[in-house]
Amino acid sequence: MAEAMTPSLATRLGLANWRQNIIYFGFVGIFVFFAVTLGHKGFLDSNNLLNIVRQTAPIAIMAVAMTYVLAAGEIDLSIGAVAGLASVAAAMAMDVGGVPLGILAGVATGLIVGVINGVISTRIGIPTFLTTLAMMGVAKGTSMWVSGTKAVPILSDGYNWFFGGGYVGPLPVLLFWMLIAAAIGHVVLRRTTFGRWVLATGGSETAARYSGVNTRNIKFKVLIISSFAAAIAGMLYAGRFQTGRFQLGEGDELSVIAAAVLGGTSLFGGKGTVVGSIMGALMIGLINNGLILAGLEFSQQLIARGAIIILAVAISQNRKST
Amino acid sequence: MTHAVANPADDYAVKMSGIGKAFGAIKVLDDVSLDVRPGEIHALLGGNGAGKSTILKILRGVHKPDAGTLEVLGTRLIDHTPEESKRAGIAMIFQEMSLVPTLTVAQNIFLANELKTNSGLIDDETAAKRATELFKSLDVDVDPLAEAGSLGAGQRQLTEIVKAIAQKARVLILDEPSTALSAHDVEKLFAFLTKLKAEGVAIIYVSHRMDEIMKIADRATILRDGRHVITAPLAELTLDSIIEHIVGKQSRGLSGITREDTRRDDVLLELKNVSGPHKPIDLNLTLHAGEVVGIAGLLGSGRSAIARLLFGIDPKTSGEIIVAGKSAEFKSPADAIAHGIALIPEDRLRQGVVLEHSVADNISLSVLDRISRRGWISQQKWSDLAAEKIKSLKVKTSSAAAAVRTLSGGNQQKVVLAKWLASDPRIIIFDEPTAGIDIGSKSEIIQLIRDLARQGRAIIVISSELNELLAASDRILVMSDGRLLRDMHRNEFEDSTVRMHTAAGDMQFAERKLQTILQEVRNYG
Repeated sequence: MAEAMTPSLATRLGLANWRQNIIYFGFVGIFVFFAVTLGHKGFLDSNNLLNIVRQTAPIAIMAVAMTYVLAAGEIDLSIGAVAGLASVAAAMAMDVGGVPLGILAGVATGLIVGVINGVISTRIGIPTFLTTLAMMGVAKGTSMWVSGTKAVPILSDGYNWFFGGGYVGPLPVLLFWMLIAAAIGHVVLRRTTFGRWVLATGGSETAARYSGVNTRNIKFKVLIISSFAAAIAGMLYAGRFQTGRFQLGEGDELSVIAAAVLGGTSLFGGKGTVVGSIMGALMIGLINNGLILAGLEFSQQLIARGAIIILAVAISQNRKST
Repeated sequence: MTHAVANPADDYAVKMSGIGKAFGAIKVLDDVSLDVRPGEIHALLGGNGAGKSTILKILRGVHKPDAGTLEVLGTRLIDHTPEESKRAGIAMIFQEMSLVPTLTVAQNIFLANELKTNSGLIDDETAAKRATELFKSLDVDVDPLAEAGSLGAGQRQLTEIVKAIAQKARVLILDEPSTALSAHDVEKLFAFLTKLKAEGVAIIYVSHRMDEIMKIADRATILRDGRHVITAPLAELTLDSIIEHIVGKQSRGLSGITREDTRRDDVLLELKNVSGPHKPIDLNLTLHAGEVVGIAGLLGSGRSAIARLLFGIDPKTSGEIIVAGKSAEFKSPADAIAHGIALIPEDRLRQGVVLEHSVADNISLSVLDRISRRGWISQQKWSDLAAEKIKSLKVKTSSAAAAVRTLSGGNQQKVVLAKWLASDPRIIIFDEPTAGIDIGSKSEIIQLIRDLARQGRAIIVISSELNELLAASDRILVMSDGRLLRDMHRNEFEDSTVRMHTAAGDMQFAERKLQTILQEVRNYG
C-alpha cells in the first residue's frame, strides 16, 4: 500500500502504468498465497478451481456490462435485483409455456428494466445512481410479489444444462458463457465506434457531444446492456440451482462494481477494460473461495468483500489525481 | 429539425442576416448580419458584451435566433442543432472543450468519424498514421499516441484545430485561439490558417489582439452593443478606426462617477520582483490605503494570475510580498484572509450566495462565530449586522428575511459583497466585478468600490471592461505576457486639447486611449 500512495516513485521507476496491471499481479499473488496456505485443504484441486469459475461466471458476465456503464460515467445498482427478478420470471413462464417462453420472459425482463432505467435517466434526467437505486427496490419487490417469496422450481433438464448446470467434458457450460461474454465485450469496447463513444462519453461528455456523439443515446444503450446482462446472469443462477428465486443475485451489484474497478475501470468514466473486469471477478471469486476453505463464515466474507471495494476505489481515485 | 433548401447561386460560406436575439428582457443582438466567403479569414470584433459569442452560438446551433435567416454553404438552416451545424461543415475551436482527456490524440482527432478496417472494426493504427501525417504537414510537434489529458495548452489547441480539419470542416470558427499559444506556435497557427484559406475554408477569427487581426484577417465585422457597426476589408481599416468602431460614441453610463483622491500615505501592500508559477513575471507594485488600482490586459496577459497569486491560490515562486510593512507568505487562501485580503471572484454568484436563503442569513454566514456565544446565535447582533450592511450597501430588498433569489441581479451581487465585507478586509481584489449585471447596477457597484476606498481600504480591480476600469481606478496598470508594462495615473487618460469637457466625451477618449495602449504593449512590449 505504501507504494500505491506514492505515484511519483512509481513514475520514477518507470511503473507509471503499474496500476493498470495491478489486477494481474494481485491475482497471481493471491492465487499463490492460497495455493501455499490452503493447498492441503484442496484449493488446487481441479474441481475446486472449476467451482470458482462456476460461482464467478454470473458476476463476471455482469461485470463485462458494468465496464460499459462505468466507462460511460454512469452506474447501475439494480443488477442484483434484476437478476433475481429474471430468474423468477423465467421459472414462472417456463412452468406455464415451456422453455422458449421461459427464456423469452427472462430476457424481456432485462430489456424492459433497461429501457425504464434509460428513459428515466436520459429523458427525465435523474442521475443513474438514483434511478437504479430505486429500481433495485422495485425489481426486488416485484420478484417477491409475483413469486409469493417462494422458490419456483425449474424441471427442464435441457434448460438447467444449458443455463448453468451442464458440463462439456470436464468443463462447465458456465465457463463458455463467461468466455463468450468476455470476447464480445472486449472487441466491442476496443474496436467498434459504439465502444469508443462509450469511452468518450465518460471521458468528457461535453467534448463527446461537441464532437457529434449522441451521448444520451450512448447512456441509454449501456443501461440496457447492463440490465440485459443481469437478466442473463439471473437465468444462469436459475439453471444452476434449478430454481427461480428472488434472493438470487442479491447484493451482486457490489461484487460486480468492485470487480470492474479492481480490473482498472474508472468509477469516474472514460477508462475501462473488459479483460480487467473478468480478472477482477475471478479475483473476488478466488478470495471468496479461499475464505470459505479457510473456514470463515459468511459474515466475515462480507467484511472482506467490503474491504476489497474500498481498496479498489482508493486505487482508482489515486490514479485520477496523478 | 432542419429544412434544407438548396441555393447554389450563393458564393458565401456563411450568410447570416437580420439576426435578433433576446434573453428575457435583454436584447443581445439586434438586426446583425455576418457574411463570410470561402477562402477568407474574417475577423469578428467587438468589446465585451457586443454579442460576438451569441452570434457564433447561433451559427453553431447552440442558441436559436428570434429573428433573421442563416445560410451555410448555400443551405438554409432553420432551428438547427449543434450536430446539424457540424454536419453542414461548421467546426468551432473551443478553449479546451472538444478533446476527451482519456482518449489519445489520434482517437480524439477521429472521434465520431472513426476510420475502420474492412471488417468494420475501428482502425487505430491507420488513424495514428493519418494523424502523424497531418501534424507533420502542418509542422506541429504532437505525439498522436499521447493521451489528450497529458498535453500542454498549446498542443491541445493545435490538436483541436487539426481535429476540425480532419473532419473536413468548411467553416472554421476560432475564438481567441492564440491565448494559450507561444509566439512560435502562433506563427505556426497562422501559416496553417493561410494554407486552409488557400484550400477554400472559410475562417471566422475572434480575437482582442489587433496585431493578429491586422496580420491575418482579410475582412472584419465589428459589433457593438448587439448591433452591426461595419463590415469592411482590413485594407480599409486602421487600428485607430477599428478601436473607434469598437468603443463607439455612446457613453455607457459610467461617466458620471466621481473619483475623489482618497489615497493615504501608508502603504498596505507592496510586491517586490514577485513571480508566479507561470505568470506574473517579476512584478513590482505598491498599493496605498484608500487607493483603487485597476489592472488592464488582454486575455492571457496574466491579469487574473495576479489575483490568484495574492489570494494564495497559486503561491508566488520568487520575490517578496509585504503587507502593511511586514513580509508575508501566502501559501493558501486562508493565509491571505488572515492578512486581511479578500478576493471577490468572477463567479461569485455561484460561489458566494445561497439563493434560497434570506439576505440576513447570507450576510452573516461567514461571521457567525462573531455574532454568537457558545454556539447560540444572538438574534439581536444577527439582525443588526444585516440591517447595517443592507443600509451601507444600499441593497434593495423587501426585508432582511427575503430570499436572495427574489432580488435583482445587481442587488444579489451586493449581498455577495456584504458577505465578504462582513469580515472587514483591508485589501480587496475584485475580479471582473460587474460581469453579467445591468448598467445601472454596474455604476452602483463602482460607486461602492470608491466608497470602500474612502474608508481607507486598498483595492485592486481586474477587468476586461475598460470603461469600468477607467471609472473606478486612480491608477491603471497594463499587463502583457505576464509582465507589468505600464503604470499610469488616471490623469494621463484625460484629453488636454479639448476645452469643453463633457463626462461622456472624456470617458470615450480615455477608453480609446487605453484600448490603443493595450494593443501597443503587445506589439512593442
